[in-house]
Amino acid sequence: MKHLLSAGDLSRDEANLILDTAEEMRSLADRPIKKLPALRGRTVVNLFFEDSTRTRISFEAAAKRLSADVINFSAKGSSVSKGESLKDTALTLQAMGADGVVCRHGSSGAPHLLAKSGWMTGSVVNAGDGTHEHPTQALLDAFTMRRHLGSLDGRRITIVGDVLHSRVARSNVLLLSTLGAEVTVVAPPTLLPVDMTSWPCATSYDLDGALAKTDAVMMLRVQRERMNDAFFPSAREYTRRYGLDRYRMAQLPDEAIVLHPGPMNRGMEISADVADSTRSVIVEQVTNGVAIRMAVLYLLLSGSNEEEQTA
Amino acid sequence: MSPAQSAEQPELAQPLQRSGREVLDASDISRALTRIAHEILERNRGADPVVLLGIPTRGVPLAQRVSARIQAVEGQSVPTGSLDVTMYRDDIGLKPPRGLEHTDIPADGIDGKVVVLVDDVLFSGRTIRAALDALGDIGRPRAVQLAVLVDRGHRELPIRADYVGKNLPTSLAERVTVHLTEFDGEDAVLIADKGAK
Repeated sequence: MKHLLSAGDLSRDEANLILDTAEEMRSLADRPIKKLPALRGRTVVNLFFEDSTRTRISFEAAAKRLSADVINFSAKGSSVSKGESLKDTALTLQAMGADGVVCRHGSSGAPHLLAKSGWMTGSVVNAGDGTHEHPTQALLDAFTMRRHLGSLDGRRITIVGDVLHSRVARSNVLLLSTLGAEVTVVAPPTLLPVDMTSWPCATSYDLDGALAKTDAVMMLRVQRERMNDAFFPSAREYTRRYGLDRYRMAQLPDEAIVLHPGPMNRGMEISADVADSTRSVIVEQVTNGVAIRMAVLYLLLSGSNEEEQTA
Repeated sequence: MSPAQSAEQPELAQPLQRSGREVLDASDISRALTRIAHEILERNRGADPVVLLGIPTRGVPLAQRVSARIQAVEGQSVPTGSLDVTMYRDDIGLKPPRGLEHTDIPADGIDGKVVVLVDDVLFSGRTIRAALDALGDIGRPRAVQLAVLVDRGHRELPIRADYVGKNLPTSLAERVTVHLTEFDGEDAVLIADKGAK
């Protein structure tokens, strides 16, 4: 593995290697010294063209716990606001000797372009690109589910909400199906992509019908900033049909857990009492995010720079 | 892979074929571990301060076996765990990344304890150096001691073992392989020419 661009690029073995490595990384949180020397002397650049709280902080904490040097770059307040192109930004990073670049961009495919263009030689980690993919989010979701449910093989996972604009949904569907889970996507017809036949999952418009047979339910954020059209009549109607409240949660099996990638619109796709309930693992997802990102950075950056010595 | 590493860290995934001359058989290994257990008790005047930490992969079952023997002699269990040193190795940037092994530190920690590191083969000493660094990030033991099944010489660092199952003079052209029932279906220590695989 040189880059992590898409959850779909991961084989089952690679995904399990990342999850197992993250399991070891997570035990670090219980130690007095939360630091490992694995990436000493490596430089990781957080290249964020789009706003983010938890992903950027999580990558920063992960890189620092592995002793890497971290440079944070956000588009606001940088030369990008003066009109610098992605290419020139990449050339600058290359000239500064970045070993790894964590890229969040509003346009789908930007990390892919960084990785494949030859502008820079470092590893690229996709930290969310447009409405395309967010592989580390999918990995931390899978990791959280695995800690609660055991193996994901044959587990039934329901992803609910704004699938059309969600990079989290796409990455999760790809990764969870690789890991053997049965994924169902539930959304209003207007918030599903045009052609779902290529997605390795089932689709439904009816949340109540899906809940009783669900081991984990993932609520997606309604992304108002990407909605320039009327996708549903009103927020209240959306909540009524696709929001997870206490009554809907009661339909879930006893062991089922509730996930949300954050940031939450409380009262919209998830009610406050569900978000704060014992079934909710939303805060745990953030903790696990650091472990997963440590595992990804470790596996991408710790070894020699020579090309792919392992198959 | 450098010769030092191949001898100190046998690849787990590969089906190990039995090749080379057997220098220790199952009963030799058993006797050596029993003696090491007694030596640990003697040196530390009992089992009270002792924590055993095996270095993956083959140090871990060895630590458990020593622990079982101490328990049999003293009637008192010794905290036993494992310590992965992968991220503390000095060659980490020179080789392709590898997966981590499990680190399991006993619940009471290692502060003020006598930590006995357990490994299968002591060779260059670089694994032990990494282990000492790893311990430093976990706590401050009162003392650190080292138990190995085989000491094959050729140290590259000023490190020595406190408890040795068998001193095995070798040449650098030879390969020492430890087989344990937990991984390989038999207990044996083999020595072979590096070419003969």
